[in-house]
Amino acid sequence: MCAGRVDLSFVLRAFLRGVDGVFIGGCRLGECNYVTHGNYHALNMVLLCRRLLEHIGLNPERLRIEFMSGADGILFAEVVADFNKRMAALGPLGRTEGLDRKELAARLEQITRLVPYLKLANREKLAARLGRAEEWEALFTLDEIDRLLSDVVAFHIDPEKCQACLTCLRRCPVDAIDGGKNRIHVIDQDKCIKCGTCYEVCPSRFSAVTKIAGGPLPPPLPEDARTIVRKRKPAAGETPAAE
Amino acid sequence: MTEVREVEGGAGDFRVTLVQKPRYILEEKCTGCTTCVEYCPVHYPDPFNQELSTNKAVHIYYAQAIPLVAYIDESCLYLKERKCRICEGVCKNNAIDFQQTPRKMEINVGAIVLAPGFEPFDPAAKGGYGYGKMPNVVTSMDFERLLCATGPFEGEILRPSDKRHPHKLAWIQCVGSRRVTPGDNSYCSAVCCTYTQKQVILAKDHDPGAECTVFHNDIRSYGKDFERFCERTEKLPGVRFIRSYVSVAREDPVTHNVAIRYSTPAEGVQEEEFDLVVLSVGLNPPAGAEGLARRFGIELTPQGFCKVDPLNPVKTSRPGVFVSGAFQGPVDIPESVFAASGAGSQIGELLDYRRGKLARERRYPPENSAGVEEPRIGVFVCHCGANIGRIVNVPATVDYARSLPHVVYAQEQLFSCATNCAKEITDLAREKGLNRVVIAACSPRTLEPLFRDTLREAGLNQYFLDMANIREQCSWVHSKEKDAATRKAKDIVRMSVARAGRLEPLQEFDLPVNKAALVVGGGIAGMTCALSIAGQGHAVHLVEKAADLGGIARKLHYTLDGLDIQSYVRDLERRVYRNPSIRVYTGAEITAATGYVGNFETRVRWDGRTTAIQHGAAVLATGADLYTPAEYLYGQDARVMTHLELEGRIAAGDAAVVNAGRLVMIQCVGCRNAERNYCSRICCSSAVKNALKLKALNPGMEILILYRDMMTYGFSEDGYREASQREVKFVRYEPQAAPRVESVTEGGGAFLRVSFTDPILGRELFIDADLIALAAAVIPSAATRELAALFKVSLGPDGFFKEAHVKLRPVEFAADGVYLCGLAHYPKHIPETIKQAYGAAGRVLTLLSHDTVVASGSVCEVAEKRCMGCGECIAACTYGAIEFRETKLGKKAVVNPILCKGDGLCNAKCPTGAIVLKHFTDDALLDQIDATVEEGAFAGGKG
Repeated sequence: MCAGRVDLSFVLRAFLRGVDGVFIGGCRLGECNYVTHGNYHALNMVLLCRRLLEHIGLNPERLRIEFMSGADGILFAEVVADFNKRMAALGPLGRTEGLDRKELAARLEQITRLVPYLKLANREKLAARLGRAEEWEALFTLDEIDRLLSDVVAFHIDPEKCQACLTCLRRCPVDAIDGGKNRIHVIDQDKCIKCGTCYEVCPSRFSAVTKIAGGPLPPPLPEDARTIVRKRKPAAGETPAAE
Repeated sequence: MTEVREVEGGAGDFRVTLVQKPRYILEEKCTGCTTCVEYCPVHYPDPFNQELSTNKAVHIYYAQAIPLVAYIDESCLYLKERKCRICEGVCKNNAIDFQQTPRKMEINVGAIVLAPGFEPFDPAAKGGYGYGKMPNVVTSMDFERLLCATGPFEGEILRPSDKRHPHKLAWIQCVGSRRVTPGDNSYCSAVCCTYTQKQVILAKDHDPGAECTVFHNDIRSYGKDFERFCERTEKLPGVRFIRSYVSVAREDPVTHNVAIRYSTPAEGVQEEEFDLVVLSVGLNPPAGAEGLARRFGIELTPQGFCKVDPLNPVKTSRPGVFVSGAFQGPVDIPESVFAASGAGSQIGELLDYRRGKLARERRYPPENSAGVEEPRIGVFVCHCGANIGRIVNVPATVDYARSLPHVVYAQEQLFSCATNCAKEITDLAREKGLNRVVIAACSPRTLEPLFRDTLREAGLNQYFLDMANIREQCSWVHSKEKDAATRKAKDIVRMSVARAGRLEPLQEFDLPVNKAALVVGGGIAGMTCALSIAGQGHAVHLVEKAADLGGIARKLHYTLDGLDIQSYVRDLERRVYRNPSIRVYTGAEITAATGYVGNFETRVRWDGRTTAIQHGAAVLATGADLYTPAEYLYGQDARVMTHLELEGRIAAGDAAVVNAGRLVMIQCVGCRNAERNYCSRICCSSAVKNALKLKALNPGMEILILYRDMMTYGFSEDGYREASQREVKFVRYEPQAAPRVESVTEGGGAFLRVSFTDPILGRELFIDADLIALAAAVIPSAATRELAALFKVSLGPDGFFKEAHVKLRPVEFAADGVYLCGLAHYPKHIPETIKQAYGAAGRVLTLLSHDTVVASGSVCEVAEKRCMGCGECIAACTYGAIEFRETKLGKKAVVNPILCKGDGLCNAKCPTGAIVLKHFTDDALLDQIDATVEEGAFAGGKG
């Protein structure tokens, strides 16, 4: 297991459990013992997560990554002692930031739900191999993260257009689409990870899935109004036509 | 406790008579509980702790002893006076047996390895430096024990006179070494400079305010990474390195502080008081070496070490008897390790025809998978002797473990790793129906394989183990905060239990091993390695870039001890070409390397075509290059040459060289500087070797060697001394005042004027020389970097290949199935290269002698339904282990488990959680994270 295995959601979970600071130790940059150089990935994740913490009102100092080798025992002790000191000075999570626990938990949970979306939207930056430390902070800007989180996309299936063809329902990686044969498909927004698979696979002649950025979503169709009533039985091989 | 009495027979069929002394303890009954030790009334000075503390007549030799059982030594009252026998009464297991007598046995073996180690030099014998008279003068061995957590004062540095913490410490280097006075050793002990630096660093760890002074001669930082290590030590606050011979002047009768007299060029003779003085003692031959030599029928050197063949330094004078470690002469750990592996390889050659005849396959009970879905966790909390138990409240941690969810059993153990405790874990797992085991002990890096084995013995899947590291990550770092350490140990155990509940049974699988080896590089290292592998029945493909075999050795002619290198290389080459198992590719280039341990495919372009070679192991022995100096008029003036060029011209009998009137050698050209922060190791001996050769040919020649530290470690110190005796002049220079060279025409003669500062006179001097020889640095070859990329192995900070572990795994790469030897690893002398080449062959054989290798179960796997085909995992994987597969539901990622290394990068990239690193799953790690905080400590619930 490499430092690059540390998932964004692990860090968020630790804060959700109320820890005051998270420290990640990786090998020295550019000195990977293997060929993976996963520590760069860990660094990118940390830089993203620090901005996310800022976005929800937490001090980004609460997340720290340092790079050292197995022989750097003294350095490790110094760095950890320093981190402890800083965290003690910052005080308990949320208190210095003026966030009550309930509000903090709600915000962290919301970000956690968006982890898949954040990974997809930042896929290139998350795989970057950064150079000098002075450049690091510029990888993600707060503006950019604010924008990304205010324009969170959502996917919606237009009940007028959906032909209940099951394509999106079968392909959804997280089983977030409710429906069936002759039952209009509806996306469960709580389960949806915003990967866009449904949007991509919906046959173009239906184009029933729309992508909505930021705006409000139409309410889901009531359960009892989801049955498609067809005029005639479609012939074999023919796609059912809309009413 | 066993001695060799007699050795009969010969290589392939030795009959060895052994005598085992009585332990007075039944090994199979003793649990290592040490109750007997507690009750034993006899205190006597503990030899393991350098007699700085006491032990009992019955005791365990040291904390990690194998087997971990007690023994009774001759100070026992019963053995001496037939009274006491308290231990018999208190032993709950009836393990004491005073009836034991010496046991004689005869064994039949094919080969013998002598590894008796060394004896530290004893300064008391000569009474020098007040050792044995002044309590606060100790040897480095004494100090080593003082530093150790299992030492006389449990890791506290206390000085002998008053058991107080010494604040001002001095080390005196070269005690017993580099001297021709009777009772001392003429050679350099080779390891003391660096072990002293280590002791300084550790002393500063114990007491950051400590003032440490090292009185030294040359600092011999000739080993890999030594130069950096030395710099790190020098830069510590309060550390002084003073180049001076010293004497111990006196001892303060009240404080027992020790005054040292030394002198510096700037301030002359001074006296300074220290709280503790450490004598950096050298390495003597092992005690009883003469008797050993007699019994085994081998010869010794005049210094009393084992006499070896310089062209095969693990071979003794008797066939079938090999040697490794410091019995060959003073050597550091990596060389001991590769000599040991090299001895193994040569024994493999000797006994190959009988390989596997006596082996028995290990059988484990069948795996019981019934009811493993519902976790039943057992927790074993280890005391690690005193390592953990002294700091962490182990019983309280056990009680706490019992309160955790799914834990059905918990107990403490003295040493979980001891055979009896491992057996206990196996038995209890069966008895209590455990299906997950948490061992709260040390780092999984050290003992996870052992405990996985323990689980297999219990019929459990080996991946049902989790180790909670409460030693390295708890007791060792919190030795002064016992309560906090106990709380932390509980936290660590709770987290481990949380993860354990999520562990799943995983299967490892066997991969077939291709029995051929590829050796890249046809120098001495590559050829030696190829011959040893081929000598054990394996096909070897030897790939050489140049048109001929031989490598850099083709340009070398003689060694310091007078070997003819050219005829040796020719002989080696002939043996390679005559060996039917070795196929040689010269003028060849490697274009691609794919595959994995046991199953590599490497493409070689040679002779106008490309061949694909299938092989199970690869050895990279690509040698090194020589730095082309830009300094000292090199390349501009034909009278300036490198040592290698000088050697070539001496061997060719070049009159301009042999008849020169004055020759100046300048050492450390192109290394030990900011750009190349390492010592090239071989140049000082080369300088001495060439100087002696020239003095032999032309005794009237004036030779001056300008050096920084003479790195003539080990026995080459004798060459250095001989050169001085033959009037070769040695003058030290400081790097900030490097010599200058200019071409001068004066009074009808043309000279090279070398100006330098003599540090003792403190004045600038000059000498007009006819020739200059430069000790050009050994630098990594360009091929090193290319091969590293092809074989996915790494380079160290200096651009040489980086071995898996600098001390303990010096011939292996971190990548399985790929090995290294020779100059590509680090500059080294020919005998060292040969040793390392045999060492690499030994490791290759360990792999190739098996029909299969076992691949880890902790690899990635894709839950196809959840894969959205985004390809992020494929981009993240540097091993090319993941590819797309077309399915009815679109492109899906699929993992080749053989190529997967289990780093889990893909896992962190996957947006849908489709790809999972088994054994380190999101579920398990999130549960472990949840458990960082005790239930109810914070409002945030599980997500």
